[in-house]
Amino acid sequence: MSEHTTPRRAAYALCAASALAMTIASPSLADGHGGVDFSGETIEFVIPFSESGGSARWANFFAPLLSEALPGNPTVVVRYRPGAGSTSGANWFQEQDTDDGTLIFGTSGSTQFPYLLGDPRVRYEYNDWRVVLASGTGGVAYLPPDLAGMMDGLDATGLQDTDFIWGSQGATRLDLVANLGWEMLGMSVEPVFGIEGRGDGRLMFERGEANIDYQTSSAYLRSVVPLVDGGLAVPMMTWGALDSEGNIVRDPTFPDIPSFMEVCEATPACETEGPAWEAWRAFFIAGFPAQKMIFLPGSASDDVVATYSAAFNEIIARDDFAELSAATLGVYPQMTEGGAQAAFSLATQVPDEAREFVLNWLQERYGVSLN
Amino acid sequence: MDLLATALPALGEALALIFHPQQLMFLAIGVLLGLSVGVFPGLGGIAGLSLVLPFMFGMEPVSGLALMVGLIAVVPTSDTFASVLLGIPGSTASQATVLDGFPLSKKGEAARALSAAFVSSLFGGLLGALVLTFFILVARPLILAFGLPEMLMITILGLSMVAILAGRLPLKGVVAAGLGLMIGTIGEAPAGGSLRMVNYDMPYLLDGFSLVIVGLGIFAIPEIVALLRQDRAISKSGGLGKGWLDGLRDWFSNLWLSIRCSVIGVLVGVIPGLGGSVVDWIAYGFTVQSSKDKSQFGKGDIRGVIGPESSNNAKEGGGLVPTLIFGIPGSGSMAVFLGGLALLGYDPGPHMVRHNLDITYTIVWSLALANVMGAGLCILLSGQIAKLTTIRFTLVAPFLFMVIAFAAFQSRQSLGDLVALMAIGALGIFLRRFEFSRPAFLIGFVLSAQAETFANMANQIAASRFRRSFEEGFDYIASPIVLIILALTVVSVIIGIRQGKQILGSDNPPTGSKRAPLIFLLCVTGYVAWAWVDALQINMTSDKIFPATVGAVTLIGCLALLIRMMLVPETDAVFADHERGGEDRDAPHGLWSTLGWFGFLLVLSSLLGFILALGIFLVTFLRLRAQVGWLQTVLLCVFGIAFMCFLAGTLGRDFPPGLLQEYVDLPWPFT
Repeated sequence: MSEHTTPRRAAYALCAASALAMTIASPSLADGHGGVDFSGETIEFVIPFSESGGSARWANFFAPLLSEALPGNPTVVVRYRPGAGSTSGANWFQEQDTDDGTLIFGTSGSTQFPYLLGDPRVRYEYNDWRVVLASGTGGVAYLPPDLAGMMDGLDATGLQDTDFIWGSQGATRLDLVANLGWEMLGMSVEPVFGIEGRGDGRLMFERGEANIDYQTSSAYLRSVVPLVDGGLAVPMMTWGALDSEGNIVRDPTFPDIPSFMEVCEATPACETEGPAWEAWRAFFIAGFPAQKMIFLPGSASDDVVATYSAAFNEIIARDDFAELSAATLGVYPQMTEGGAQAAFSLATQVPDEAREFVLNWLQERYGVSLN
Repeated sequence: MDLLATALPALGEALALIFHPQQLMFLAIGVLLGLSVGVFPGLGGIAGLSLVLPFMFGMEPVSGLALMVGLIAVVPTSDTFASVLLGIPGSTASQATVLDGFPLSKKGEAARALSAAFVSSLFGGLLGALVLTFFILVARPLILAFGLPEMLMITILGLSMVAILAGRLPLKGVVAAGLGLMIGTIGEAPAGGSLRMVNYDMPYLLDGFSLVIVGLGIFAIPEIVALLRQDRAISKSGGLGKGWLDGLRDWFSNLWLSIRCSVIGVLVGVIPGLGGSVVDWIAYGFTVQSSKDKSQFGKGDIRGVIGPESSNNAKEGGGLVPTLIFGIPGSGSMAVFLGGLALLGYDPGPHMVRHNLDITYTIVWSLALANVMGAGLCILLSGQIAKLTTIRFTLVAPFLFMVIAFAAFQSRQSLGDLVALMAIGALGIFLRRFEFSRPAFLIGFVLSAQAETFANMANQIAASRFRRSFEEGFDYIASPIVLIILALTVVSVIIGIRQGKQILGSDNPPTGSKRAPLIFLLCVTGYVAWAWVDALQINMTSDKIFPATVGAVTLIGCLALLIRMMLVPETDAVFADHERGGEDRDAPHGLWSTLGWFGFLLVLSSLLGFILALGIFLVTFLRLRAQVGWLQTVLLCVFGIAFMCFLAGTLGRDFPPGLLQEYVDLPWPFT
């Protein structure tokens, strides 16, 4: 339906470009990557979200860079197919069979979690697709200063008698990592469901309606650090990061903030082994270190996949990449080729026990059933 | 004094940045793009911004800013064209403008209505910028004072406007609004994700109906069909009575009204989370309540245009405050704007106002300047564009069907969009025919999701506060702001019930037999009852309580109407049926055959894809219905298709594919 639309897009984009008297920086190297050349083509970068979310920001960050890095400097347009918490866009992508590399698809944790939990809306299969990039992130939980003072060092036992309340996007979304984590610490945290983005949750915290919250790394750096500097919030813990052996370690972006694992170890009520821990760990890995990925349809040829991998390598190797990406992506690894493959495996597989544990917990704790 | 000392130097720098020839040029380009995109119903600021976003990266920041701001600023200006001339709400910002703007067009006063609307927009934009310049420095604590109970109250204040827009029988207005609220709950519940009135085999409805489609279906389709049946121009006289200068004079004599509505616009726009969906209704309701002579509202009172239009541009300025101070977008287009800012290297947040005050002011005043450019241009054009209302409508209608179908398809890019449009359009036609208030329905639909979410969330937080102590809970739900808005709501309902009867209803509605109105009411009652039972079967309280409560109230309303129908004779207003008298009865063309033409286009699209279907539709329509010559038919047809291709190509949008495309790969644009 929409995959063979390239020539006129290119033509119009060119017209628009000249009409607006704007040019994207001059072409970079365009040597033949396995003979694939996108000259004059338009590449559709489809994301299953609306124009307004974090994924849109991420996609729009990569689109112009990709245009420079791909051989032939094609026009890269971001297209939006929102609906049903990103599952309808992913179902659509599942049916596409474009093999010339003019269609790529970006997913996020919101696409992964329903897949992992066996949501009935899911009609897509990650293993049919070919991953070319994986972007990680982290998350930071924070408290108001008076409550943060009730922690004894890393021991969160002092927080167990407080009624916590926070704004959450939904029990089955990325927020389940936070909900489960806090519960493991013995805290009673009541999620107020129905906010539309984590920014709204932060606003509830700022208004004093919520007394705990977490943000993903880039949002934390941008919006919560000023609160911390102003004495209005204190970081509690990060969710941590994965090292190359698959261990959870301190988040390199926040070396001074303890990870959830450290807090859990120091809190008697919490255990870093057993089914709850394993479930938390599995969903943390699925949700954060490989949160956003870019895919080609399964029908894409090896040459096309190699071309994209080379292009992303080139983008990441840019001298100014760290500077450009800091605000949008945070300082996390952008993985390609083998790295992306490894991240992909981690993000799309959870042990059956972990899945069962979470499904039961969702049912018992929130009355949410996915069948 | 401190405030001035901070603000003035930054303001000076900002103005120096703006009045740089290059920035002015980019601002002008943004304004032109915004005007061209905004004219089309269903395509607003988001579509326009998405168009320029790919170019943001690597642009000189202030130029990029000028381009985006120019574009955002004029969308609520240019969407007025569709609202006033064609009765199609161009976007949520101009729904209320339709109520009086379109009747003015029918009277042949389109130019007057347009210029009054534009000068109000211009004024609202400027006043908004002025207020913001100082407000943005002190806004933070004020905005933080607006918690969930306060937002819920504003939503309820918006809903209370139903009272004044209910029409002759308040009960019918209640039922219409209730139906709107219930239809707004279709899909996954916002809190727990329970399914309401859908199941997983109907993926289209999981997200509910989109506002664009409901707006088009409820307002545009009934109006277009009604006009098309007449086979004449929109302007009854066929000419333009009053010109654009009259509009300017009208605005000037209602200056005070314009000021008040602009202030409403800024204030409501400033609160994050509410977006623009209530502003124009609150402004319209306020305009009506504060006017002495209410008899002309809904029939073409120029004040009904000036009020909402003053508020909607001021709102865009207000919406900048949460976007810049908290990094939280006040609306969809603001969210895209935020993404664009990030690409330019700016990072909105508290520091933006503190450390980049000059940039902040550049944004605010670019917005004002863009308003001046955009509205000025529109005023100059309004006299010419208003002539559209003097063309034979039968030649305009097929192109409107074309644009509406295309716009509707953009909401989900699924054939379901076209089916939904047709279904909601049929509902709109019945609501119009049996005199159920369509504005009330739309207010209900628009506010449904946020009323439910705010109510649930505020309730949950209040419960937690009450557990801590009674005082804490009480302070939370009964803050001074809540009480003030509550008082406003009560006043607005009382005034509405007392005086609403004069508005939006002809003096003596035509009535016929009892049968048709009764059948329609039974259908509505049946749907509401079904939805209510469906809601009762949900397990999760948070997902059940809202549709169950609203459903019960609406059902009671329906039953009361049914009882009244049994008791009164068939000449009573409750049996209003516009097919039985007035313009509709005397129309040369039938209702269903006219709607059938639109259905023909949609069905054909689902078989052959949009462009092929459009070609066939245009030729048959122009030949058979409009009965124009072959040469003209071919010219118009080529023009229509070329135009559609240009629009879709520029915006990077798809056309609805049909069954044919499943089997055959066709080159663009036949895909």
